[in-house]
Amino acid sequence: MEAGAVTATGGGRSILERPPLSRLPDRLLRWGLTALAAGVLALIAYFFLRLYNDAHPAFARFGVLDFVFRNNWDVSQEVFHALPLVVGTLITSVIALAIGVPVAVATALYVTELCPPRFRGPLTLMVELLAAVPSVVYGLWGFFFLVPKLRPAEQWFSDNLGFLPFVGGPVAGPSYFIAGLILAIMILPIVSAISREVMATVPAEHREAALALGATRWEMIRMAVLPYSRAGIAGAAMLGLGRAIGETIAVTIVIGNAPTIGHQIFDQGYTLAAVIANEFGEAASVPIHRAALIAAALVLFVLTLVVNLAARYFVRRGERIG
Amino acid sequence: MTMLVPLSARRRRTDRIARATLAAATGLALVPLALILYYLLKKGLGAWSVSFFTEDPSGRFFGSAGGIRSAILGTVEMVALATAVAVPVGIGIALYLVEYGGGSRFAQVVRYFVDVMTGVPSIVFGLFVYITLVLAGTGGGSFAGWKGSIALALLMLPIVTRSAEVVLNLVPNSLREAALALGAPRWRVMARVVLPTALPGLMTGTLLAVARAAGETAPLLFTATVVQGMTLNLNAPMNSLPAQIFKDVGQAQDRLVQRAWGAALTLVLMILVLTTIARLVQRRSRLA
Repeated sequence: MEAGAVTATGGGRSILERPPLSRLPDRLLRWGLTALAAGVLALIAYFFLRLYNDAHPAFARFGVLDFVFRNNWDVSQEVFHALPLVVGTLITSVIALAIGVPVAVATALYVTELCPPRFRGPLTLMVELLAAVPSVVYGLWGFFFLVPKLRPAEQWFSDNLGFLPFVGGPVAGPSYFIAGLILAIMILPIVSAISREVMATVPAEHREAALALGATRWEMIRMAVLPYSRAGIAGAAMLGLGRAIGETIAVTIVIGNAPTIGHQIFDQGYTLAAVIANEFGEAASVPIHRAALIAAALVLFVLTLVVNLAARYFVRRGERIG
Repeated sequence: MTMLVPLSARRRRTDRIARATLAAATGLALVPLALILYYLLKKGLGAWSVSFFTEDPSGRFFGSAGGIRSAILGTVEMVALATAVAVPVGIGIALYLVEYGGGSRFAQVVRYFVDVMTGVPSIVFGLFVYITLVLAGTGGGSFAGWKGSIALALLMLPIVTRSAEVVLNLVPNSLREAALALGAPRWRVMARVVLPTALPGLMTGTLLAVARAAGETAPLLFTATVVQGMTLNLNAPMNSLPAQIFKDVGQAQDRLVQRAWGAALTLVLMILVLTTIARLVQRRSRLA
């Protein structure tokens, strides 16, 4: 009886083997899904080649290094050297990191280590709400609230702390600083969320050991939590940097759109992303201008790629320790 | 019994200061949220009226600025089409990675490049669609709603794939093995066991990707552009909420800025509803 259940009922084949026709859907599915995955690779390859190809006239005319490292973006003369944009992108991103990362890490520490458990959920939710606000709304708010309201404070700062590098002189309304501040708010939720995840992986034994040895809460954070999650926090900061570099619309609204290198953080400037958003319309009829914008996009893409790879490396290393 | 040594005053003070600093920084992080919500409600509600939702932007220099009907409809249409493209493809790739690819070389490469796609700035996707579809005049026109959808879909694809992969990996292998042991072919295991088990998680990932796409401006500027009229034709230029707001901010006119606040409040509410549903679905999920 039992043997009869597993031997062939006809044709001498085991019933464990399916007829070819009924195996067809399985094969189709397997090949279909593989083709989809391969399609993504093809798409990304095409994406990169197409950008490179369309940017090529600009690189050919100005040279790759000269395009990136010379300071002259003049639409009317059809001269395109992107240094002011690259510098603007870097300045705003650095300001964003300098303001955003400490606050984000402090928030993560407070939520995971200090706050009463019943506030943990609501606090996390509120920080994450910041991620739900679209870029253009940050721009709108920044332009009509931050720019006018912060101006007196910026002017005071500029007048009294002029001995600091990159501070002093007249304050423009829209500026590197405002753009950096908006970016700091925008990267806060992601940096905070990843930091929180990393801190959650710190083994309870480490915390308990520190406390049992008589450490205060802060000493426990400094000696057990922070060393353990350092790589992960670095990764979170890099991911935030990647976001800040590529952010377009909010920055376009509050940076002032002046293609020059400002002397101080309250000067107007421009970023790679903002120049693309603003100038693509007029560039449609001027091939070299269009190529220059696509070249700017390529530079932006490479910048974010490098930063994201670094982020990936740090986050992975953090996970491995964890 | 040894006596516990009391904390020195210096250590106690350091601890207090550090804890107060962390609490203050957390408070500081919530200030922008409070300010943004306050201004959105104050200025946004002032712009709202029935006609605000039933009229298209008028484009007239004097008189009524009109409403945002075409922008709401355009956002819904373009995001819906982008979702219809990105979600099946994204989940398909995730299925490949989890069910077939595993740790193979090819799967690693695909995973890596999906990661790369996650980091690409949205404006670069917009520019890519602009040079491949808009300038080329694909479909017989330049700017078109469906081209905006493609740009949004490119942005959503890696988000959907990444989140779907995480969720599919959470489906217990014992479920797959049980179904296979009962003689079910792989496709039935996926369709009847793996996908239904992962469904809430897949929905959460999808909704978050939709919420992200709905708020994006940069990919739409070059692809669907900003127009006034309402259209159901996806092959025509199409308005959207973020692009409309961006354009209105650029005009230094109070009534247009007011319209921008009203549209911004509408957009934020739409996104909040999506993210809230995503959270509720996630909470009811049996996985994780």
